[in-house]
Amino acid sequence: MDKNQTIIKMTGIDFAYSENSPILKNLDFEFFKGDKVGIIAPNGSGKTTLFHLMMGLLTPSSGSIEIFGKPMKTEPDFAEIRHRIGLLFQDADDQLFCPTVLEDVSFGPLNMGKSRKEAIEISRRTLDFLGLSEFENRITFKLSGGEKKLVSLATVLSMEPEVLLLDEPLTGLDTKTRSTITMALKEMDVSYIIISHNIEFLKTTTRKTVTLRGGRLIADDQVHVHIHDHAHVHGDVPHKH
Amino acid sequence: MIEEPFADGHSIIHRIDPRFRVAAAVFYSFSVALCYEFPSLLAALFFSLSAVVVSGVSLKMVFKRLAVVNIFIVLFWLVLPLTYAGNISYSLGPVTISLAGIVLAAKITLKSNAILLVLISFIATMTFATLGHSLSRLKIPEKLVFLLMITYRYIFVIQQEYQKILRSIKVRGFIPKTTLHTYKTFAYVVGMLLIRASERADRVYNAMRCRGFKGKYYSLTEFDADAKSWIFVTIVTGFTIGLITMELLLNG
Repeated sequence: MDKNQTIIKMTGIDFAYSENSPILKNLDFEFFKGDKVGIIAPNGSGKTTLFHLMMGLLTPSSGSIEIFGKPMKTEPDFAEIRHRIGLLFQDADDQLFCPTVLEDVSFGPLNMGKSRKEAIEISRRTLDFLGLSEFENRITFKLSGGEKKLVSLATVLSMEPEVLLLDEPLTGLDTKTRSTITMALKEMDVSYIIISHNIEFLKTTTRKTVTLRGGRLIADDQVHVHIHDHAHVHGDVPHKH
Repeated sequence: MIEEPFADGHSIIHRIDPRFRVAAAVFYSFSVALCYEFPSLLAALFFSLSAVVVSGVSLKMVFKRLAVVNIFIVLFWLVLPLTYAGNISYSLGPVTISLAGIVLAAKITLKSNAILLVLISFIATMTFATLGHSLSRLKIPEKLVFLLMITYRYIFVIQQEYQKILRSIKVRGFIPKTTLHTYKTFAYVVGMLLIRASERADRVYNAMRCRGFKGKYYSLTEFDADAKSWIFVTIVTGFTIGLITMELLLNG
């Protein structure tokens, strides 16, 4: 497939939760197949809102959204493309709602019209990929925080989406779970956008980072998000900075 | 936490197709609820007790559950004999006790215990998830089944939210007293819980839509209507029809 295929195109998006404080103002964004983009921006700047607009969970007050080359205007438009874009929610408890892990992971495939057997097969493969093969009969609400996060990632991956939207995937996770997620992202051939405050993580998983300022997305070449190391000559002596 | 202490057993009842158990329990319970004669009620109680014994669940746990229900029934014993119109059997000054009231209280006691015991034996021996799936296979409307399953899933989340709020007020030195401040605090706790629950519901629904949910719920469980399930349902139905016949003859 050609590399420069546009997947998401947002033009002139305005959005506000309340009238006097707009979150997004005249935002433009274009996302291509194969892109791996990180969004790093302060709390409350509209990152999650942006994801929810892309999924059609929120409606912009003005502007247009085009996904896979089709204009998205109504709920049926979005319902059509949702299985091709996997959104991982910030809070895993929002995502998991079935009693058992296997049922939750196969929920997406079943909705897409897969047979029971196929759905179970895909789910097992996905759980296996994330190192969760022992988990299929576990009760979702009894899992630990990290396990819940991995299982909710599995519920998204089992739909075999072409694009992933990950909303702070590492928040509150231990090192082991973090590296599982990083590993999974590196191994998969999928385009994604990640919201994160973790610069190190974005550096290893994404090719460019953007930020939100004044309701608009600003690309890497204007704001350069980076970390740097300095020599710390007096590190072994107690001192103040 | 809603616990499922009876669900993980290996008795013959645990191995019967859940759909058959649900259907049998419903038919039996309705019939018992409509019985009025002592012989049939006693027979039903005996049948239900046997069913519990066959299901091999811990009898201690069963009696604990029965105790809870029977506390409510004690109220009937206190109220009905004093208020029910009918032949007066005793009178202690201005207080009159009606025999019909005592009889009615006794019947209610027998009925509720018989029904409760059979529900423990047939229904409580499956997990909540299985119950949901059986109901959907029995053509109970999808929406009702879904409501049941989602309630079950999110009761825990709401409980956790509730405990989170409780902890946060405790660490800030809150001790409940009979003061306006206490009432106000509890009102805030309940209010906050409602708001959080409703916001949570929105987010869950959104997450479901993102995974292609269009109002239909698919279940992974395959049920197996084998010979023993048919035998089971025949026994229960046979007994229930016996009960109904007995009831009709005694009334006739």
